[in-house]
Amino acid sequence: MDQAESSTVLEQKYSRRTFIKGVIATGATASSAGYLFRGSPLLGAATYQTATERLITLNVNGQERRVDVLPHETLAMTLRYKLGLTGTKLGCDRAECGACTVLIDGVSQYGCSMLTHQVRGRAVTTIEGLEDADTGELSIVQQAVMEEGGFQCAFCAPGFIMAMTEMIEVNPNPTREEARIALSGNLCRCADYDKILTCAMRAAELARSV
Amino acid sequence: MAERLVGIDIAPPDLHAKITGRAKYAEDFRAPGMVFAKLLLSPMPHARVRNVDARRALAMEGVIGILRADEVPSREGPREACLTDTPRYEGEPILAVAAVDEETAAAAIEAIEIDFEPLPFVIDPLESLRPGGPNAYVDGNQFSGQDGWSDLKWTDADFATIDDGGMPDPSCPVEWTKGDPDSAFAESALVLTETIVHQSLTHHPMEPRSNMCFWEGDTLHAFVSTQSSQQTKFALAGALDMDPENINLVSEYCGGGFGSKIAGTTVMQIPALFSRKINRPVMLRITRYEENYVGRARPGFQTWLKMGFLESGKCNAIDLIVVQESGPYGAGDFNTAGMIADLTYTPQNMRFRAVSMYTNTPPKAAQRGPGGAQIISMMEPILEKAGRELGVDRFEMHRMNAPGPDVEFGPRNATLTSVHAVEALDQGRELFDWDAKLAMSGQRNGSKVTGIGIGLSPYTAGSRGRDGMMVIRPDGKLYVHQGIGNLGTHSIADTARPAAELLGYNWEDVEIVWGTSSRGYPRSTVQAGSQTTTAHTRANHAAASDALRKIRAVAAATMGGSPSAYRVDSGRVSGPGGTMTLGRIAERAIAMGGEYSGEVLPEDIHAQTVPAAQMLAGEGLMGIARDNYGGDGNIYSWVAGFAMVELDTETGVVELKEYVGVTDCGTVIHPRSLGAQVFGGSIQGMGMAMTQRWVFDPQYGVPFANRLYTARPPGFLDIPSDLKWGAVDIADPQDPVGAKGIGEPPVGAGAAALTCAVADAMGGQCVCRTPLTPDILLAEIEGRPIHGRLDQHVG
Repeated sequence: MDQAESSTVLEQKYSRRTFIKGVIATGATASSAGYLFRGSPLLGAATYQTATERLITLNVNGQERRVDVLPHETLAMTLRYKLGLTGTKLGCDRAECGACTVLIDGVSQYGCSMLTHQVRGRAVTTIEGLEDADTGELSIVQQAVMEEGGFQCAFCAPGFIMAMTEMIEVNPNPTREEARIALSGNLCRCADYDKILTCAMRAAELARSV
Repeated sequence: MAERLVGIDIAPPDLHAKITGRAKYAEDFRAPGMVFAKLLLSPMPHARVRNVDARRALAMEGVIGILRADEVPSREGPREACLTDTPRYEGEPILAVAAVDEETAAAAIEAIEIDFEPLPFVIDPLESLRPGGPNAYVDGNQFSGQDGWSDLKWTDADFATIDDGGMPDPSCPVEWTKGDPDSAFAESALVLTETIVHQSLTHHPMEPRSNMCFWEGDTLHAFVSTQSSQQTKFALAGALDMDPENINLVSEYCGGGFGSKIAGTTVMQIPALFSRKINRPVMLRITRYEENYVGRARPGFQTWLKMGFLESGKCNAIDLIVVQESGPYGAGDFNTAGMIADLTYTPQNMRFRAVSMYTNTPPKAAQRGPGGAQIISMMEPILEKAGRELGVDRFEMHRMNAPGPDVEFGPRNATLTSVHAVEALDQGRELFDWDAKLAMSGQRNGSKVTGIGIGLSPYTAGSRGRDGMMVIRPDGKLYVHQGIGNLGTHSIADTARPAAELLGYNWEDVEIVWGTSSRGYPRSTVQAGSQTTTAHTRANHAAASDALRKIRAVAAATMGGSPSAYRVDSGRVSGPGGTMTLGRIAERAIAMGGEYSGEVLPEDIHAQTVPAAQMLAGEGLMGIARDNYGGDGNIYSWVAGFAMVELDTETGVVELKEYVGVTDCGTVIHPRSLGAQVFGGSIQGMGMAMTQRWVFDPQYGVPFANRLYTARPPGFLDIPSDLKWGAVDIADPQDPVGAKGIGEPPVGAGAAALTCAVADAMGGQCVCRTPLTPDILLAEIEGRPIHGRLDQHVG
């Protein structure tokens, strides 16, 4: 699949419009319900509302995960509250900050703005999935961040690292300006942008040398 | 020889957890049986709850309970409770509902029938000062603990002057004068009189203040988002009126606070009290929308400034009036603003008047450089304007007015421990290449005009007298117990470095202990006022000195000879009797007991340190001490910021092209992290100057800029790719380490460099209002008034 075709297909699959249509189709209000969290058997809580959960299989960080999911549940909520993957952060709940960025088939997406049902049959990668599962070796981007001492409070770090992971795949030889644009979907309130950019450039450098 | 630990880049020990998703922020904790709380927020800016009917909500399946205002500590006067039946701003929490999941709790909130009696409200402080104007409280607009409520109004004559564009002569609750301003103005070669407005703006840390709590018997386990740590435990205990030793406060990571979470206990009380009531763990997840309301904001200023200058460009008199937009619960920024104006321009003659006005807008709190950042952003363009009018180079204006080591400032003639503002300016001039850039000032490229500007910004940067505590255990490692919060500044690690260096440790053998209060911490500072670097390099240095003395004493007692003949390096102590590892020394210290293992404690340590030290006693060789190094004068750091912008006169868009920040913050401990603070603070200041809005509907008193995309903190594309920083790196002579804090000074520097550069691009015309959004700049360029000159809360 060439790049142009791939992005068109992805646009159809993952656009904001698709997300909102998906939420509406389930009968939930698009304004808020999709951003809230429904109970989980893991927490000992039964769910009571009329919308019913459905057991589905997700591919998360290379593992098949069976999980009960509501029709309007967002991927960020499923990851955080049902699969225990709290590395994906919620900073704004609605596509403003990028703290919940994950990779869907290698493409960076806001986890707060994807319905979990949309990612069935897709490979979901979260911050927890970047290390080598056997050796614990950090990914190239993570190594670069360690070397450059990136981030301050680091609440934005998982999202930025996922966006950098996509960036070095798409453009392993970016200028600082290109890297800045590639990462502009993520917000850092500590405004550690200069150091984040240095991490991204170092990550690209490491990627080229592999 | 062990490595040097001061002045080099070392990745903080928590970085691995932060970049692998293992770091747990408050909302990442879970507890068996945990339920979720949602808040009912006031839909109006001032109201009284007449009736709440929650029957339908409580009957819903999955709803566990409700928490009302009469079940939480209430507070007299203009003080904030965590829930209230008299909301004083739109968005103030009225009650909370808990349910098995968040969606059910939200649905239950929707099912609550609540009857409000709307009350008069005010969102613009000047409106409340007008004769007959509304007040934020039913009882008045001023409060003192002694006299209670009163109603302060300025006179019709004051407002006639104000409405004519003049500077009024009003009565203000806060006033001080030094020197003789009136005579000095008469001697001034140039007197500028300006009205300047600085907006309020929300902190918006990336992590909203979500908190989770549960109880085990009388013990509260609180998983919280807070800047501080040891001090937050005591603040929460105070708020809940309980024994601090019955709180296990978990605050391993804080996703930013910038002053809004110094303790942050207001919102914490809700899950703490709710979980006690329903006997279930309660997670209160705060959304971004809620954070806008409960998450604090920097108070805006409406000011009149009269500034006199001698022919040389030296400022010789200041008359400053500040009206502060203080929200319903007050803030102290205005006091600092007066001090900082006097410190930065050294006029010798100054009159300062201020009034803090309650308003029905979200609560205010310190925001990085509180008071200082606003006043520097507002006054620096006026200083540069004076330079233009007097024909004095603008750089020289900043330099000649900056204080020297003998400065005395504020109403009580405060002094400084050290000041190298001039050196910071000089270094910045070189890094930025001011002289070459000056030639570019005013150059036009199509519709774009280049402007350059400078902002010099001081802020408090330290305190003294805290405790340090560390233990060398039989494994030979040094465990530094840090009661300070982990808010992203890396100070949990960096303030331990000089201590570890003193003990000859290699960094790999140093363990930082932080985050969960049950692990035991000494009395610490709150993480505010940029105190931490100074306060805790000192306290840890004191504790390390104590440890060093004890190591030598144990070595001499074990191997013979004089303690002073023993040297400590790389985990070993060597002297006339031979060599021992520090692990062996720790074992010997445990055996010897007494002060060596912390069984006997110094008498001057703080009472809050004692229980923690007693808990750790007997586990190794304990270094424990109060910082008794002393010192005279205030500890201040400085940043000189230099900016170059391009203003598009057709669109009003400003593009920041270059920025340089140079700091005087004493000894540099961690260069890379220091650079990040200089840039991060400066960029936050740029957001303050350029993009961050605080817009209200004047009719209904409700905010419009209540999400990130409307409040607009700076993003990646708002900052230039060409940023440079530098440090004077001169040790503070009164300090054993020489380091001063850095968190706050850069904010004013970044903001003022931009307000000055934009004025320069406009040919020297000061807009005298922030944020400098394109619509405001275009209106100014085109001479169209789009709002009142002094209106607060405009876009």
